[in-house]
Amino acid sequence: MPFAPESFPQDTAQGLVTAAGPAPLVVVQGLCKQFPGGAAPALQGIDATVFAGRMTGLVGPDGAGKTTLLRLMVGLMHGNAGSVTVAGHNAATQAEAIHEVTGYMPQKFGLYEDLTVLENLTLYADLRHVVGKARQERFQQLLHFTDLERFQKRLAGKLSGGMKQKLGLACALLGNPRLLLLDEPSVGVDPISRRELWGMVRELLDGGMGVVWSTAYLDEAEKCDTVILLNQGVKLYDGPPKSLLQSVAGRVFQARGVQEHDRRRVLTHLLQQESVMDGVIQGRYVRVTLREGATTPPLEHGEWVAAAPCFEDAFINALGGGPGGRSRLAESMEVKPVTDQAVIKAQDLTKCFGNFVAVKDNTFRIARGEIFGLLGPNGAGKSTTFKMMCGLLQPTHGKAFVMGLDLKTATSAARSRIGYMAQKFSLYGQLNVLQNLKFFSGLYGLGGRLQKERIDLMVSIFDLHAYLGMNAGVLPLGFKQRLALACSVMHHPDVLFLDEPTSGVDPITRREFWTHINGMVEKGVTVMVTTHFMDEAEYCDRIGFIYRGENIATGSPDDLKAMARTAAMPEPTLEDAFITLVERSDAAREGAA
Amino acid sequence: MRRLWALIRKESLQIVRDPSAILIAFILPIILLFIFGYGVNLDTNRVRVGLVLEEYTAQTNALAATLRGSKFLAVTQGHDRREMQAALTSGALRGFLVVPKGFTAQTAAGGSAAIQVIADGSEPNIASFVQNYAKAVTALWLAQQTMGGNDATPQTGAGNLHQLLAQPPNSTATIQAKSRFWYNPELKSRNFLLPGSIAIVMTLIGTLLTALVVAREWERGTMEALMATPVTITQLLLGKLIPYFFLALSSMAVCFLAAVFWYDVPFRGSFLALLAVTSVFLLAALGQGLLISSLAKDQFLAAQVALISAFLPAFMLSGFIFEISAMPTPIRTLTFAFAARYFVSALQTLFLVGNVWPLLLSCMGAMGGIALVFFLITARKSVKRLDA
Amino acid sequence: MIAFFRRIRALIGKELLTLFRDPKVRIILIAPPMMQLFIFSFAATLEVKNVSVAVLNQDNGKHGLALVHRVAASPTFTRMVFVQSQAELVPLLDEQRIIAALHIAPDFSRGVESGQGASVQLIMDGRRSNAAQIVSGYITSIITAYSMEISKTSGGTPPPALTIERNWFNENLIYLWFTVPSLVAVLAMLITIMVTALSVAREKELGTFEQLLVSPLVPWELLLGKTLPAILVGFCEGLMIVAISVTIFRIPFTGSFLLLAATLLVFVISLVGIGLFLSSISSTQQQAILGAFVFLVPAVTLSGFASPVENMPHWLQVAGLVNPLRHALIPIKGLFLKNMPAIDVWANIWPMLIIAVVGLVLSGWFFTRRLE
Repeated sequence: MPFAPESFPQDTAQGLVTAAGPAPLVVVQGLCKQFPGGAAPALQGIDATVFAGRMTGLVGPDGAGKTTLLRLMVGLMHGNAGSVTVAGHNAATQAEAIHEVTGYMPQKFGLYEDLTVLENLTLYADLRHVVGKARQERFQQLLHFTDLERFQKRLAGKLSGGMKQKLGLACALLGNPRLLLLDEPSVGVDPISRRELWGMVRELLDGGMGVVWSTAYLDEAEKCDTVILLNQGVKLYDGPPKSLLQSVAGRVFQARGVQEHDRRRVLTHLLQQESVMDGVIQGRYVRVTLREGATTPPLEHGEWVAAAPCFEDAFINALGGGPGGRSRLAESMEVKPVTDQAVIKAQDLTKCFGNFVAVKDNTFRIARGEIFGLLGPNGAGKSTTFKMMCGLLQPTHGKAFVMGLDLKTATSAARSRIGYMAQKFSLYGQLNVLQNLKFFSGLYGLGGRLQKERIDLMVSIFDLHAYLGMNAGVLPLGFKQRLALACSVMHHPDVLFLDEPTSGVDPITRREFWTHINGMVEKGVTVMVTTHFMDEAEYCDRIGFIYRGENIATGSPDDLKAMARTAAMPEPTLEDAFITLVERSDAAREGAA
Repeated sequence: MRRLWALIRKESLQIVRDPSAILIAFILPIILLFIFGYGVNLDTNRVRVGLVLEEYTAQTNALAATLRGSKFLAVTQGHDRREMQAALTSGALRGFLVVPKGFTAQTAAGGSAAIQVIADGSEPNIASFVQNYAKAVTALWLAQQTMGGNDATPQTGAGNLHQLLAQPPNSTATIQAKSRFWYNPELKSRNFLLPGSIAIVMTLIGTLLTALVVAREWERGTMEALMATPVTITQLLLGKLIPYFFLALSSMAVCFLAAVFWYDVPFRGSFLALLAVTSVFLLAALGQGLLISSLAKDQFLAAQVALISAFLPAFMLSGFIFEISAMPTPIRTLTFAFAARYFVSALQTLFLVGNVWPLLLSCMGAMGGIALVFFLITARKSVKRLDA
Repeated sequence: MIAFFRRIRALIGKELLTLFRDPKVRIILIAPPMMQLFIFSFAATLEVKNVSVAVLNQDNGKHGLALVHRVAASPTFTRMVFVQSQAELVPLLDEQRIIAALHIAPDFSRGVESGQGASVQLIMDGRRSNAAQIVSGYITSIITAYSMEISKTSGGTPPPALTIERNWFNENLIYLWFTVPSLVAVLAMLITIMVTALSVAREKELGTFEQLLVSPLVPWELLLGKTLPAILVGFCEGLMIVAISVTIFRIPFTGSFLLLAATLLVFVISLVGIGLFLSSISSTQQQAILGAFVFLVPAVTLSGFASPVENMPHWLQVAGLVNPLRHALIPIKGLFLKNMPAIDVWANIWPMLIIAVVGLVLSGWFFTRRLE
């Protein structure tokens, strides 16, 4: 039975192109941008075209050059070579003309948080010369369109992420622009708002507007009419997402029926096969991408089922394949003692900041050698929960136990058994790589020969040789994250807390991280991880869905998907499941109110 | 024009809603004026001095009484020099007088008997005052002696130093010097220190506040959004300048009211002149703030640069407390580059003297020139770009 | 125990590295204090030099002229402005072109010669009352000297008593001798406060503080690891300024170096306590900077450096007791100029010790409160 592709409604992606006829709105030719003091160029020889009436996805991990490209398009930066033309105007010399016809929403939405919704709109309307009766009409229209009518008097800072995003969009739309540039509009926004925004922007295309939507979420890219795929300043692909998916068509398979406890070992084994280019855990299945022309390797248990390729498969393919399945990090570790007790336990964990309830009655247990993921949009309370578990925040009420202890008051011996990798890069930027490694190993009481051995091992595993003398603050993002992981595991912790460990990194580094995590879990390390990538949550044994501070559901990825399964949606994705569960939770809240 | 007005309105709304702007504009000045008003005081009243009488006669006792009666000296009488020396070393006394053995005999013989006045040179300013006071009180005592009364209740208890100094220093001397202090006859140092501190406070507000608010726009990404609209760079700069100009004027009003009504500093100039001088100064201060913010795009750096390039020079090099005339030539030349210097001078004049237009105009000219330089550099540095 | 030493060693090493690896921070630690030392040493002066004096000599006799010559010969007055009428004096004084005016009346010489006595009038600019009083003192003593000379030559009686001025410790009242030793303390304070106030706040902002909190460090180890390097830096910087004071500025150092080192050390510890406290209550570097500013301005202003402590209202003098700079200035100046004995130094050290203990205990307590 062929597996139903987990793709998105296809009707939107077509039809529009033919309606308006492709008219080039933005033409980028041979564009290069080098920042003074920057090691590598931010953009290298980019050629791209943006058409009116189409949704162009600007896709890539952090540091790929997405924001730089957008800023070059809107004339806020000048390139070192090449040209950008927007609606016939040269971005370097005629920026004023471009500003007249362009709506631009920067990251963080460009809103004044201490002005109200209406005041923000009025400001941008004045700046864009939308006056008189036209303004009233436009305001009505936009407020209705964004569903912000009820919140006109509310301060922008008091809006939720999703509402801020809509207001930012409304402000960018004020002058009836021909080109709309959106810089990571979906960061920090819950999946429902993301979908709503997507729908709204889609509507705009009908009017012939050209839209550039930059994103680090590869699943969003699949829904665009056309994508520009960037990685480290280099364009990897430019064209409809379908064609990119074509590159891995027929090479993606799921191994089904693998024993639950055996998935990670199977994956490791598969990744070592010559025929396998890339592979991940996907709920209870193992998903692999084969090399071109290769056939599926034999399985001990279960069977191979063809799967629909997704954008990430294609991305990895474009980058030349995944990192393989061996984790030398995990191999160097000893097996952690077996216990039947929950290693991590949260009981009615609640945290209030003033009137704001950041986390409410969160309860879960994590067993030894288990990966537990907290999944939810930014600001949902993941990090707060996390910090309470680590003893960094005092719960308002409820209890957090790690290995039976409250970490806030635990002895230093107990705390030396955990490892912690913070959400954003939090090593010492002014210290070089070696000094960071020395510091963190010393902090965990390592010294003498053992310290030296461990440092050498980390350097070799994470390929840090070339960077040893470089300040950690100026490392490429991927190496920053590698160094952070190295620093948090050098003392071989029993429990590992990872707060968004792969946020912003390219898919290859992500694969590498998960290889290590999987390897360590096999050795009995317990891992608690937060993420806002839905696909990454699939790698976890169990997930807690966090929404508005509440844990709305806990279970294995497949359990959670099952909760959302309906006749209309027989094979829901994790995102579908999340949205369904959020809607149920909202309905329950409203019902209660 | 509509765009500029929209920016001004936005900025004003932000000021009204942002507690930290109000804090810096109204609370900080009051705190600083409080510290400067009470803490910085050069009126050396009641200097702690010691007195050693090496002989006790009617004359020396009268001298001791005159000294003790002086309003300016807090006299501790001791037995010998060693004791005084220890007290001088520990800082318990700022100086001491020794009336030597044979003093009475020598005065009677018609020779000049010497009273030794030893001051603590490690505090040069106080030392000068110790010497001046001692001299003046001795002269007073001599005058009383000549007038032929061993009046143990000298009149020095009343009056001020200027009266003391204006006294005939020595009625037997041929020439008498009479000092008169214009503008500030009671010689209250607060009268000139407070107008000076207002200048420092306004420097801080004008420069720090502007630098911070522009840096905040950069940090929050709103600057990027503004730049992508058809607004021009001049409008952006004016949109910052105008609201903060008026905010700073209102904190000037607060400072002014505090100085006149709380600290009783006289104000002899006209409001119009004060407004004119303040306006020109604010242009320079705000211009500096804008320049800082166009170079330093995060609040942390902006605050540091503002403190080092505006606050410290205003404190040290403006003549508000330290004497510019006594600085070596290179540093004295440096002081001409800071608008605060001229503002201090203009404010002191407006408060204590009146509308001395030649002085006010030259100060305004210099401050205007400094403002112009800041604006020219800012205009050159500011473009609607993020990578310039 | 070994682990404990390794942790502390790692912490101290890290603190020193963060301070000295970054060339920018290195410059911030060295350049501004040195610049401030050189500029402020000369700028922070209440001395009177290079001032202009106007002379209105309406007297035709020799005494008026002689007196004017005496005044003009004084090195304090670099410029003499001669005017013809009183009306001319007013704008000169108004526009601050002169600080004082000497008015000799037409009958001056006659009065002197007749033996009846004569007077001269001094008009001073009260806007600069401090300088004006000192100038007034200078001119008065010139006049008195001249007056006595005349009495002597004319065979009059000298005054029965006069005062002999002596200034101990700084015979010529060189202002630099006051400013530079004071700046040792002031600048050591600026640096120490900046370094410590930022240290925890920076780590909080960058997120590294969380890493430290989840590590096996216990709070007092963290406190120790933050304190020792800051003390080292502040102390060394203080000693460096002492060295410059003695070698370049040639300020006499009369006291015991050991006592000076002890004073500096206790002073720096008390500052580290305050700085860490400021740092641990602020969550961003900006707040820490603001906090440091709010502490530093009154601390310097009310320390006795800008104007004498005894001139302040009594309640402010009492409130200022919590200011370590005020206590430190006395023994540091004392050791430089006065060869201050240990007992007097101790009298100023113990209040700083109390401040240090309170500051360190408070910041330690805030450390344990973690990230709330």
